[in-house]
Parts: sequence; C-alpha cells; structure tokens
Amino acid sequence: MTDVDTSPPTHPAAIDAVPLRHPWRWVASVVIVVLVALFVYGAATNEAYRWHIFAEYFFNDRIFMGVSNTLQLTVYSMVIAIVFGVILAVMRLSPNPVFRSVSWVYLWIFRGTPIYVQLTFWGLIPTIYKNIQLGVPFGPSFFHLDLQALSIPFLLATLGLALNEAAYMAEIIRAGISSVPEGQLEASTALGMSWGMAMRRTVLPQAMRVIIPPTGNEVISMLKTTSLVTAVPYTLDLYSIATREIAAREFEPVPLLLVAAAWYLVVTSVLMVGQFYLERYYSRGVSRKLTTKQLEALAKAQQIGEAGHV
Amino acid sequence: MKPVVDETPTPMVKAESVCKSFGALEVLKGITLEIGRGEVLVLVGPSGSGKSTFLRCINHLEQVNAGRLYVDGDLIGYRDRGSKLHEMSPRDAAKQRRDIGMVFQHFNLFPHRTALENIIEAPIHVKRVKKNDAVARGKDLLNQVGLSEKAEAYPAQLSGGQQQRVAIARALAMNPKLMLFDEPTSALDPELVGEVLEVMKKLASEGMTMVVVTHEMGFAREVANKLVFMDGGVVVESGPPREVLASPKHERTKAFLSKVL
Repeated sequence: MTDVDTSPPTHPAAIDAVPLRHPWRWVASVVIVVLVALFVYGAATNEAYRWHIFAEYFFNDRIFMGVSNTLQLTVYSMVIAIVFGVILAVMRLSPNPVFRSVSWVYLWIFRGTPIYVQLTFWGLIPTIYKNIQLGVPFGPSFFHLDLQALSIPFLLATLGLALNEAAYMAEIIRAGISSVPEGQLEASTALGMSWGMAMRRTVLPQAMRVIIPPTGNEVISMLKTTSLVTAVPYTLDLYSIATREIAAREFEPVPLLLVAAAWYLVVTSVLMVGQFYLERYYSRGVSRKLTTKQLEALAKAQQIGEAGHV
Repeated sequence: MKPVVDETPTPMVKAESVCKSFGALEVLKGITLEIGRGEVLVLVGPSGSGKSTFLRCINHLEQVNAGRLYVDGDLIGYRDRGSKLHEMSPRDAAKQRRDIGMVFQHFNLFPHRTALENIIEAPIHVKRVKKNDAVARGKDLLNQVGLSEKAEAYPAQLSGGQQQRVAIARALAMNPKLMLFDEPTSALDPELVGEVLEVMKKLASEGMTMVVVTHEMGFAREVANKLVFMDGGVVVESGPPREVLASPKHERTKAFLSKVL
C-alpha cells in the first residue's frame, strides 16, 4: 500500500516567506554612487569644461539645424538601406543564380571598402560623371542632366551612407531569414503560396524578431557614422556644425564637443525607446506566457466556472 | 472501414512507377498505386522506407525523377507536351498544391499568427476569399476540430494535439480534394494522439480522400480502405488493412508488424 491521499483537496494558506536578502548589492551601490559623485563634482568645478558655453550653445539654432540634418541623414539612409538590404538578402537566398551572384558582388564591394573612401567617391561623382543622359546606348538621348550644375551634397551623402549600410543590413536580414525553420516555408508552399509570398507573409515577419535588435544597433551606429559625411563634403550635420563651424570660431572645442555628444545621446535614447516597442510587437506568439488580456479572460472564465459549481 | 467508396473512372491519385533520388541515393524505386475518390490509404513501413518522400512527391514538395504521378487526372510537376515533359513553372505548381492539403509531423503552424489567423491566411492571400467569409469559415473549422474557444491563442500557447488540430483545420480551409498526413501523431504525447485521430476519423467518414503515413495501426484497421507496406523504396505488400495486419504474406511485413503491433 502506498500513502496516497485521495480525499478531496483542502486549500492551504498562501506561503508568506521571508524574501532572500542581498547585502552586497547595497555595498556595491554605495561604492558606485560615491565614485560617480566624485566625478560629477570634479567635472562641475573644472574650468576646462566651460559649462556656461555648453549651456549657451546647447539650445543654439545652428546646433538645432545640425541635429535636424543628422537625423534626416540617419532616417533617410537607414530606410533606403533596409529596403535595399531586404532585396539583396532575398536575392542572395533566391533559387535564381543570377540574383545570387549580383547580390554577392554587391556585398563584396560595399563591405570590402571603407565608408570614408566610399563617401569621398560619392562626392567626386559630379566630377567623374559630369552629366547624365538617358537614351538608346550609342544612339540618341532623350534626357539630359548636368550634375555639376546641381548642389547635391546632402543627396550624395544620403546615398553614400545608404548603399554602404545596405550591404550590412543584407547580412543581418539574411541571418534573420535563415533563423526561421524550414518547415515554415514548406507549410506555406503546401498551402499554395509562391516563394515570394511565403517570404513576405511567413518568413520575413518571423525573421523580424532576429533582425530588429542588430538593426537597432545599426541605426544608432548610423547616427554616429553621419559625422563622416564631411568626406563628401557635406558640412551641415551636427558634428560639423559643432566642431568645424562654432568651435573653430569660438576657440572652445571642449564644451562644443560635449554639446554634440549630449545631442547624440539624446537622439540615441529616443531611438532606443522606439526599438523597445518594435521588439515587443514582433515578439508576439513567441512565448507561451499569456498576455494580460488573455490572463484576465481566463481568470474570469474560472470564476464563472467556480460560481457554477457552488 | 467506410462502407461507400465512389468508383469514378479517374482515381484521385495515380502513381506509375514513381522514382525519386537525392543525388546517388535512390529513395523511391518505382511506386505504383491508385487511390480512389473518398478512399483512405495508410502508408506504413520502417523509417527510411520512402513513405514520407512519396507523400511529398504527391504535392510536388519533391520533384519526381521517373515515372508519372497524377492527382485527379493532372500530371504533377510537369507539363506533358506530346513528345517531351516540361518542368512546371513555380506559379503552376503552386496552383496544383492549392487543392492538396498537407499536415506535417511537427505541425508547422505559423507561430506569429493566432489559430484563426493561421487558418484564414491562405484562403485570403492565395485564393482571394473575402476576409469576412474566410473568418466565418475559419471559425466553423475551429469548431469542427473542437477548438472554437482557442481562436485567439497563439500556437505556442496550445498543446501539441491542439496545434495539430489547428493545422488540420488550416489545410481544410483551402477546401482540398485530397489530404496528405505525414506522421500526424508521431510528435505527440500518447494521451494527445486520440484527439487528433478522432478529427481524422471524422474527416474520413465525411468522404475526404486521405493518404496517411502513420504508425497507428489501430487507426489503419478502423478507418483505412487500403494499407500499403513500403520498405526500401518499393511497395512490399498492400491490401485491406485487416487482412494485411492479421496475415501478412511477406517476411519483411511480418518482421515490421511484429515490432509495432
């Protein structure tokens, strides 16, 4: 005989245990707070930082313009890079050998050369290709555009950043696509979807969960890479305005570097918030954990069930 | 066993010496069989015998290398232009698959879509059914597989048996004329096998033509019209399930059945 109690279950009282203590966390926190306080005090009293100049230029109109230009460069080039990256990644994985090779060569060139060199090259395009003609090769032309007459450093900077970034995005997206189990493509195919539709409707949405965290990295990295557009040369981004224009005029490099750094931090923080919500959206269905809404519905059903028994 | 089997001239599936190799490995070495409309055929055999490969050839997930495979009179995977066969375009192949439902061993539900969204996905985007109609039909199908209260649940929140029932409903939503089951209960806990088999039995009794790869001999005995035993890429023995299971003629069949029964 075994001692198994088959009488109806009684309801024991909920456990009220003493929580585990963590004294060393408190000690570590105190040490860190003291160190930070010392650093802040030192920075506040050090003349070299010139905090009044920092304050004066933090809300300066030229700086605002620089922030706005940097943001536009980041957003436009990332959007182009993501669209182009998806195309390149899908080409790389497609059954079509022509697409695969084109994509491979693109990645080879754009990942294999430094971004600074590429940006300088984009800046030289109006010199190399003085005008654009559209027409029959070796025949008559219908359309003519004089590149040297245009002032297009912003456009060239955006394109330069975007085409370089697209190569990296392509690899991130490819990794995401490869992370989706093969059975997903198979199930979609068996339902009569074409390869393209299966990619768009089944594989890419699932790949997003893997794609978004490194893409968030890339956006933040792009925000800072925009400071290289001086190679084009484009001079109206945050870094150029703060250091080349204002700091050179005022002979105050330190506070203006801090102004630029602080603004980069502000924008990065905003981007991180956006990333948090995107990640949450694309992680739906991943966890067995029920959402708050589902839990409420279940609890309600349970209450109704119990009420019915009594 | 089902009493009525509709005997129309064109069988639902007709395989003529179907061969399939992966590189040098010959997996199917000439499979010839017919499945009539409304019939349930159960494929059994040891692992590596080619039964899953044959099933995947029927909806062209694998391309046949030799022989001919017809579903409802249509040649699968190729266009017959008199003297020569032409490889079929992906678009045409997709069109053929629309009428053939498939259920996988590991369910392969779309994890980012709820149960209902899984079911209405293909009708809306492949068949261009109106969303309202697809939802109504989807709810009806969920009801049929006994999961009407799980419409909003994601696959990860469902048990294996529930996921497989959703997968069956998803395949049925395309109104297929033929259903393929690739070891539908092999990945399930023993106590969950019954609920999936129950749904399949109901489906068979409603007259669906089914090809089932399974190790559930009870299901074969009770539901199937024909049992096919495969080994080494060939059909070793076939016939009414009761007969084959009770008195197998070939040594290989006997050896296999003694292990699984």
